[in-house]
Amino acid sequence: MLKLEHLCKTFNPGTVNEKKALSDLNLHLAEGDFLTVIGGNGAGKSTMLNAVAGTFPVDEGRILIGSNDVTRLPEHKRAAYIGRVFQDPMMGTAPTMQIDENLALAARRGARRGLKWGLSREEKEVYFAKLKELGLGLEDRMTSKVGLLSGGQRQALTLLMASLKRPRLLLLDEHTAALDPATAAKVLEISDRIIRENHLTCMMITHNMRDAITYGNRLIMMNEGRIILDIAGEEKKQLTKRDLLDRFAALAGTQEETDAVLLS
Amino acid sequence: MTFFSSLLSSLPGAAAQGLIWGIMAIGVYLTFRILDVADLTVDGTLATGGATAVMLIRAGVDHRLALLVAFAVGLICGLCTGLLHTRCGIPAILSGILTQLALYSVNLRIMGNKANQALSVDKYPLTVSQRFVRELSLKNPLPLLLIITVCVIALLYWFFGTEKGSSIRATGANPAMARAQGIDTRACNVLGLMLSNGLVAFSGALLAQYQGSSDINMGRGSIVIGLAAVIIGEVIFGKLFVNFALKLLAVSFGAIIYYFVLQIVLQLGLNTNDLKLITAAIVALFLAVPYWKSRIHRQNHKTAGAAKGGTSC
Ligand SMILES: Nc1ncnc2c1ncn2[C@@H]1O[C@H](COP(=O)(O)OP(=O)(O)O)[C@@H](O)[C@H]1O
Ligand SMILES: [Mg+2]
Repeated sequence: MLKLEHLCKTFNPGTVNEKKALSDLNLHLAEGDFLTVIGGNGAGKSTMLNAVAGTFPVDEGRILIGSNDVTRLPEHKRAAYIGRVFQDPMMGTAPTMQIDENLALAARRGARRGLKWGLSREEKEVYFAKLKELGLGLEDRMTSKVGLLSGGQRQALTLLMASLKRPRLLLLDEHTAALDPATAAKVLEISDRIIRENHLTCMMITHNMRDAITYGNRLIMMNEGRIILDIAGEEKKQLTKRDLLDRFAALAGTQEETDAVLLS
Repeated sequence: MTFFSSLLSSLPGAAAQGLIWGIMAIGVYLTFRILDVADLTVDGTLATGGATAVMLIRAGVDHRLALLVAFAVGLICGLCTGLLHTRCGIPAILSGILTQLALYSVNLRIMGNKANQALSVDKYPLTVSQRFVRELSLKNPLPLLLIITVCVIALLYWFFGTEKGSSIRATGANPAMARAQGIDTRACNVLGLMLSNGLVAFSGALLAQYQGSSDINMGRGSIVIGLAAVIIGEVIFGKLFVNFALKLLAVSFGAIIYYFVLQIVLQLGLNTNDLKLITAAIVALFLAVPYWKSRIHRQNHKTAGAAKGGTSC
């Protein structure tokens, strides 16, 4: 489904701020895979997701979604295949537009936008039902500006927007990191439900090892722009936090490094 | 007594000017509030619109067609700024300044290398003219200007409700989100700038007809007048007018109020040379107030949070 082949990305090349964020990264995802991604700060996790989404061009390598080579496609064209939720709850929605208007924008992801009315009556009914499923009471506030919502409500809405038009790939970048623990758990639960109900292929970055173990059918750990650990299938199901720490200690060597990578 | 009677007799003119500048200000609103860019092209575009209309009418073209051509020429002005910004990576403000500067030469060319061109209402049929602004007749420009304003607002209300218009609004509200939803934010920026400058040129074409001439300097500082109208409209009607069409109407009202106040200040004997200084000071003040408010708000928030043990969220 998703193929990342020899991806390389260096930020600010040739300056003192030069930073190799991805170095020869390879990854294949099958249809319906739910991948969780862990790794320390600056490991390149967000860079990998942004490279897939097309936020910036990569220096080398290829990105294929299904049989489509999207390596050279601009961000807004790739959006036809991709749904995204960002770490910052402010980033995924238009604050000065209404809840239903935001959903209407998302429903047209990948479609041509013309001079038809931007929000039809039938759509509103669909959105009402979908918002109700979230269980946050947003269905009664459809004409409220999104800027008035809390961080958790916004992330839930962004999730709904990302999945409204079924994406071939869902990208979640620490989308619960900015929320309080109870809200984070709720948003994560909603994410998992949406992913399973729609059989979505998903990559989810998380800083929480337990979540990385609980959710998904495959787990990778990144360090210095590469994948250093890849666990799938039965092995992933049996995985414990202890295993993960041990596996990493064996790879990295010293305890300080382990802590630096896993506990940051 | 003479103060009031002369003020009263100047009001119809102020209303007409306000309505014409209101259309210009609506164009400014589109970039400043919806796209969230300050577009300085408009100072040039207003004169381009005026010059285009005057020269066309002098050449025998119908005045209504001249208005439409001026609008189209405005679209092109916006296109230039838009392409400089999105395709050449030049910051929006600088792109606007570059186009504006270039337009100075273009406008002189349009006017046959003259700094101004007259357009007498005695010689040509015109859409609107200052001559009849106090007359109780069908020639009075006020009803027509009102109708034009309402039509412009209705068209914009429709357009910004469409899929295309919504994507322009999203581009201004949150470009990262817009791109993630598959919106070509560069194209939307260009389209928004075009539409804005089209309206400004249209307004310039009306203004030139109204005052009976086009002038190379007629657009100087117009961005500030446009902003003044936007801000006055928001301050006075902001709480009341939440619907998009009403917000645009508030901008038009803002322009009319600006010209009313101007008349009062002039009747009070203020030196006209000081007008631009006063306008700039007022606009600067109103732009600064929300910033100051938010800073005070944040400081209060901090102290309140500290008092509660810093666990605000
Ligand atoms: N847009 C950028 N410009 C410059 N450097 C960047 C940019 N994005 C990320 N980096 C750098 O690349 C490295 C990887 O970052 P990132 O992928 O965000 O890490 P994380 O795994 O924490 O998400 C970091 O050193 C970061 O500072
Ligand atoms: Mg990150």
